[in-house]
Amino acid sequence: MEPVIAVSNLDKTFPVANEDFFALQNIDLQFAPGEFSGIVGPSGSGKTTLLNIMGSLDKATNGKVYFMGDEITSLSAKESAQLRSRKIGFIFQTYNLLPVYTVYENLELPLILLGMSTADKKQAIMESLEWVGLTDKVNSKPAQLSGGQCQRVAIARAMVKKPTVILADEPTANLDSENSHIILKTMKKINDASGSTFIFSTHDDKVIGYLKRKITLVDGGIQQDETF
Amino acid sequence: MIAFLFKGLLRDRSRSLFPILITGSGVAITVLTFAWVSGILNETIETTARFRAGHLKVRTNALNEQQYPNIMELVLTDAGKIKNQLEAEFPHLTWKSRIQFGGLMDVPDKNGETIAQAPVAGLGIDLMSKDRSEIKHLNLGKALAKGNLPQKSGEILLSDDLFEKLGLRLGQSVTYIGSDMNGSMVFYNFKISGTVRFGIKAMDRGAMIASLEDMQDTLDMQDATTEIFGFFKDGFYHAEQASRIRASFNDSQKATGPFAPVMVRLEDQDNMGEMLSYMNAMFSAILIIFIFVISLVLWNAGLMNGIRRYGEIGVRLAIGESKSHLYWSLIIEALILGIVSYILGTAAGLIPSYYLQVHGVDFSAFTQNADFMMSNVMRARITPINFWIGIVPGVIAPFIGAAISGIGIFKRETAELFKELEV
Repeated sequence: MEPVIAVSNLDKTFPVANEDFFALQNIDLQFAPGEFSGIVGPSGSGKTTLLNIMGSLDKATNGKVYFMGDEITSLSAKESAQLRSRKIGFIFQTYNLLPVYTVYENLELPLILLGMSTADKKQAIMESLEWVGLTDKVNSKPAQLSGGQCQRVAIARAMVKKPTVILADEPTANLDSENSHIILKTMKKINDASGSTFIFSTHDDKVIGYLKRKITLVDGGIQQDETF
Repeated sequence: MIAFLFKGLLRDRSRSLFPILITGSGVAITVLTFAWVSGILNETIETTARFRAGHLKVRTNALNEQQYPNIMELVLTDAGKIKNQLEAEFPHLTWKSRIQFGGLMDVPDKNGETIAQAPVAGLGIDLMSKDRSEIKHLNLGKALAKGNLPQKSGEILLSDDLFEKLGLRLGQSVTYIGSDMNGSMVFYNFKISGTVRFGIKAMDRGAMIASLEDMQDTLDMQDATTEIFGFFKDGFYHAEQASRIRASFNDSQKATGPFAPVMVRLEDQDNMGEMLSYMNAMFSAILIIFIFVISLVLWNAGLMNGIRRYGEIGVRLAIGESKSHLYWSLIIEALILGIVSYILGTAAGLIPSYYLQVHGVDFSAFTQNADFMMSNVMRARITPINFWIGIVPGVIAPFIGAAISGIGIFKRETAELFKELEV
């Protein structure tokens, strides 16, 4: 089966005091469709940088990244944006909902970029809110929701366009234990139902407990790659 | 997408109301300042034109070279013929003969003995014809402080200050003592029909206004006048047109010599040219500096607004919006806010400008001893420029601010913007 994302011999360096600091070094990874995987490791290990490169938000210094078999390392900014708008959903540690818009409108934004009709948008948004159990909050604004509810809206926003891959950067870092489990169960349910690939960046043990595959990153290099 | 962004713009007061308030205030201040400064400049020009210089003026060569209007020996003869020629050749101006004179005002008691005397600076103007343009030029209707305008021969207006100083009463007879165009001394009795207050110290100190015909009789000036004033019918001085008219008239004059007529423009008289150039330069400099400073402030506000939104920009990029789409949405947003600010700010600036144009501000306390022709009441002046000058600080400055701050979107790596998420 063709991997959804394949990373080949990837390096990422940053200039630090006239020298190149390797944030990532010699990374080779493949993610199959429907995986529920996590990149784990301590702070500064390169998790977020790797997630950004796989999500076409950042460029690798060396090496290649393939998305559904197509190389994305050399895409233009516009092509990268198109890839993100159609195929990749992001979930952030701090939710990053737009505060002046309602839950409905926050979910509507990615669909506007896809040029969907009003009826199709409404159907997709309500379906997505059903997945996260927040149909009753459709007209609420982020400030009226709890942290856990905000993160569920963020999951719904990532899911609403039915992406191939969802990249979640520390999605439970701002949540208490109970809400973390609710979020993780919700994502697992979506993963099972939709077949979307979930890739986490985390150092939260609660998340790790749900993963089917754990890739441990230390100092920019893969230390361990375990499948459960 | 535009509708979606517009919805957010309306809801987020920090992105809509406050920028509109800041930019609109800047526009309003610019509009008001422009109206005020151009009003002062125009007031100075028009006051000089109405009372002393006209927009154009015909006088004798000799009088012109003397630059002293009260020398009766240097008056213009055949004034009727010259005035007819002017009215035929330049019908878009109103041409009016005026006699400027000086002399003494003597106040006799019932026995004819002098009880008070004072120097007067007089004007003989067209008061008796149906054409009331001179009354309008000198704003006599508004300037009338007591009594009535002269209705018949032998009646005069006196400055209210002089009237009070000499303890006169309306209807009282006074004697004008002066010299006629032949140099002979003249005595002529007039009756005071009313008093005037122009708000111009130089005029209010000792003005006497009589009808042109009375002064021609008094000063033995049949078909003669000291000057023929020309006023553009729209009420505003047009320098280039005035130059063309002057050249055309002077070129057409065959007569030469000290008593030949010569036309001069407003700025040819009393160093008005230098004064106008100086005032225009000052006016331009003040406006340029002012607009630059206001634009800088508003440009900075636009810049800060863009930078403050890097977080939102990061989310939108992550969701899949392209950088160019984002950039143009920021520009369009800045333009919409700029246009709204420009319209509201211009309206807000025009309201006090209009008030100041109608009512003005009385500066008489500061000009009590001034001899120059300057109105005591300074007014703003609304011109067509007032309607579009706000575009610079209102639309262009925030547009540039948004455009420059937006460049950051292109220069920064997407991941860097992404890291700056703040929402």
